[in-house]
Amino acid sequence: MTALLETRGVWQRFGGLVANSDVSISVGRGEIVGLIGPNGAGKSTLFNLIAGVLPPTQGSIWFDGKDVTNLPAAVRCQRGVGRTFQVVKSFETMTVIDNVIVGALVRNTVMREARRKAHEVLEFTGLAARADVLASDLVPAEKRRLEVARALATEPKLLLLDEVLTGLTPTEAQTGVALVRKVRDTGITVLMVEHVMEIVMPLVDRAIVLDLGKVLVEGKPTEVVRDPKVIKAYLGDRHAVGA
Amino acid sequence: MDKNFAARRRRDLVIAAMLAALAALAPLFVKNVYIQNIMVLTLMYAALSQSWNILSGYCGQISLGHALYFGIGAYTTELLFTKFGVLPWFGMLAGGAIAAVIAMGLGYPFFRLRGHYFVIATIVIAEIGLLLFQNWEWAGAAMGITIPVRGDSWLKFQFMRSKLPYFYFALALCCLAWFVTWWLEDSKWGFWWRAVKDNPEAAESLGVVVFNSKMGAAAVSAFLVAIGGAFYAQFLAYIDPESVMGFQFSLLMALPAVLGGIGTLWGPVLGAAILIPMTELTRSYIGGSGRGVDLIVYGGLIVAISLALPQGLVSLFSRSKAKGATR
Amino acid sequence: MGLLYGLIAVGLALIFGLMDVTNFAHGEFLMIGMYASFFLFTFFAIDPLLSAPLVAAALFVFGALVYLLIVRFAMRAKANAGMVQIFSTFGLAIVMRGLAQLFFTPDYRSIPHSWLGGKTISVAGIFLPEPQLVGALVSILAFAGLYFFIHRTDFGRALEATREDPGAVALVGIDKNRVFAFGWGLGAALVGLAGAIMAVFFYIYPDVGASFALIAYVTVALGGFGSVFGAFAGGIIVGLVEAMTALMLPPSLKSVGIYAVYLLVVFIRPRGLFGSM
Repeated sequence: MTALLETRGVWQRFGGLVANSDVSISVGRGEIVGLIGPNGAGKSTLFNLIAGVLPPTQGSIWFDGKDVTNLPAAVRCQRGVGRTFQVVKSFETMTVIDNVIVGALVRNTVMREARRKAHEVLEFTGLAARADVLASDLVPAEKRRLEVARALATEPKLLLLDEVLTGLTPTEAQTGVALVRKVRDTGITVLMVEHVMEIVMPLVDRAIVLDLGKVLVEGKPTEVVRDPKVIKAYLGDRHAVGA
Repeated sequence: MDKNFAARRRRDLVIAAMLAALAALAPLFVKNVYIQNIMVLTLMYAALSQSWNILSGYCGQISLGHALYFGIGAYTTELLFTKFGVLPWFGMLAGGAIAAVIAMGLGYPFFRLRGHYFVIATIVIAEIGLLLFQNWEWAGAAMGITIPVRGDSWLKFQFMRSKLPYFYFALALCCLAWFVTWWLEDSKWGFWWRAVKDNPEAAESLGVVVFNSKMGAAAVSAFLVAIGGAFYAQFLAYIDPESVMGFQFSLLMALPAVLGGIGTLWGPVLGAAILIPMTELTRSYIGGSGRGVDLIVYGGLIVAISLALPQGLVSLFSRSKAKGATR
Repeated sequence: MGLLYGLIAVGLALIFGLMDVTNFAHGEFLMIGMYASFFLFTFFAIDPLLSAPLVAAALFVFGALVYLLIVRFAMRAKANAGMVQIFSTFGLAIVMRGLAQLFFTPDYRSIPHSWLGGKTISVAGIFLPEPQLVGALVSILAFAGLYFFIHRTDFGRALEATREDPGAVALVGIDKNRVFAFGWGLGAALVGLAGAIMAVFFYIYPDVGASFALIAYVTVALGGFGSVFGAFAGGIIVGLVEAMTALMLPPSLKSVGIYAVYLLVVFIRPRGLFGSM
């Protein structure tokens, strides 16, 4: 079986700055893959390339066996790529349920169906009690959860999670981890960017470490954390260029 | 599931039907032609503002150039009528269609602009339209077009003796604009528009094609405003560029929605019901002196309301409701 | 002419561009400036050229007051902040027009026999009207001064910093309201200066501001928000385009060229020529 997501020799340059250089990764169906690396390693850029926010300078991106390199974000979502944002981007003037309905409308054109789907997702993500609250009134942890709920409502094959566990209290992070597992158990593949290794490592099946825009190491989490290159990237050379 | 939501939608519909019925009966009690005139204008601006609200309130693309579509509606109707003998009813629809097509054509370059750049572009394009019409000889240039009087008739939508038919048409238009908004509010489009307004990038990530959403909003909005323009032309029986395409119309469409509550279902109607009579009454009672006191009162109220109630008068209702709920 | 547009625009650029606040009463600030100059001339026989600094000072106070009394609250609005700004300043514009009608009557007025009025000067065989020339000179000076002010003085930097991050600025002990009030005052003073000079060769009436306001917005946007130099360049472009359109099209269409150029520019560069925001 082919991989669900593949990037082939992807480059991204911003002016003279190289954010991603020759990145080739693949994510298999049903996996939870962690994309980690020190600040400025190019994780977020790669994420945006996969989500279709901007096209790569060079290289191609394949999703579900098709070349999606030049498809805009909205079309990728329709094909089955769901995402969250590192800086939460809720629809602030809309209620929680309405936020999720926007996502549900991708696959449900009948309002009643979309609404039902949205309620299901809220139930699944544990936000049901907050359905009629304005998104702007949520606490930060709930906002992150809403991001996940919204993306799940689009019924993605691949869910891209951008630092959803960062900045949460330990308890909140634990519920978050449980949620990610639950998502995977429904058959959704997860690719998550995370900065804090301790939280992600027990969760993911495989970890890809980016540093200075390149894939540094790739493998089982237990192996990755012991890799000297990874340790060096995290501990030494913190002020490396490439932000 | 969601009984509250369904109940709220039904309640809105019932209230609207009752208000419409009440308004329909009003002429039985109000015989004063001057007051009737104000009622017609109020209904018309409520309809216009409701239409403006679709693009600018729900979809968040603040346009201060909707006078362009208003003028296009008026001019299409009257040019077709005076030059080709096309009945105003068809002219009205043609005007709406042309306005919608122009709105989408302009949308291509315009919707790439953001914030102030977009607002200024909308003002500028309406000014260009105004200047072009002022210099277009065939369309009467600055002199405008006088609509020939052919006697009262529904067919030609022309009434000299009584304002009532205009009143009922304005009421119907207002109901139409309200109903379209009500219907769109709980539709795919309505959700997309609000998402686009709040956060276009997130909307895009959820499969919303932002550009198409804006185009849809612009087309519906322009169509309805042009119908209003056609109506106004018939109502005045005379049009010239300044009196149907002037900047003041762009403002008068935006103001009721802003004062009542932008991006809300009831805001435009509520805003128009307060603002338009206020405008007319201050003009005739205080403004008679020609000394600008009416402007001072009018402007002062706009400043006061917009500062005191940034979410519009509608927020007064929802706030008291929220308090009631917690008790 | 372009430099004058530039001068009107530069005050706006300061308020609109640097503080990111929409001021729909800008044209009315200009109108007040023109009236002030007119009355100083009629009652005290002070030539507009001399009274210009006085007018600017008066407008400074006025602009600061407008900020403190109205705009400060508009900026605080939690919802629809943009709309609140547009409509509160727009309401103010209407009030100002009303007041002008009330106190100054709607009559058209003009300043006769000023030092400069109607005189021309010959430069290399070309006759140039003196008032416009002086206007141009003042504009250049004002621009240079403002440019220096923004980029070279502590206060200018404080202004820019306050826009970028009011919270952080408060931490280092800068009072946001004082900075912005000063900014508004300065913006109003500049437009007052423009008004004083324009009073010499334009009719003065309560609605006079409206005809210049839109051009001023276009000028600022053309140059790009946040750029003083942009407003200056925008002013020159607008003046040139207007002159060229006047050669090719009937005078009633002269503004079309300006508007068309604006649209063209933002379609190619959605942030104006020198915009950063």
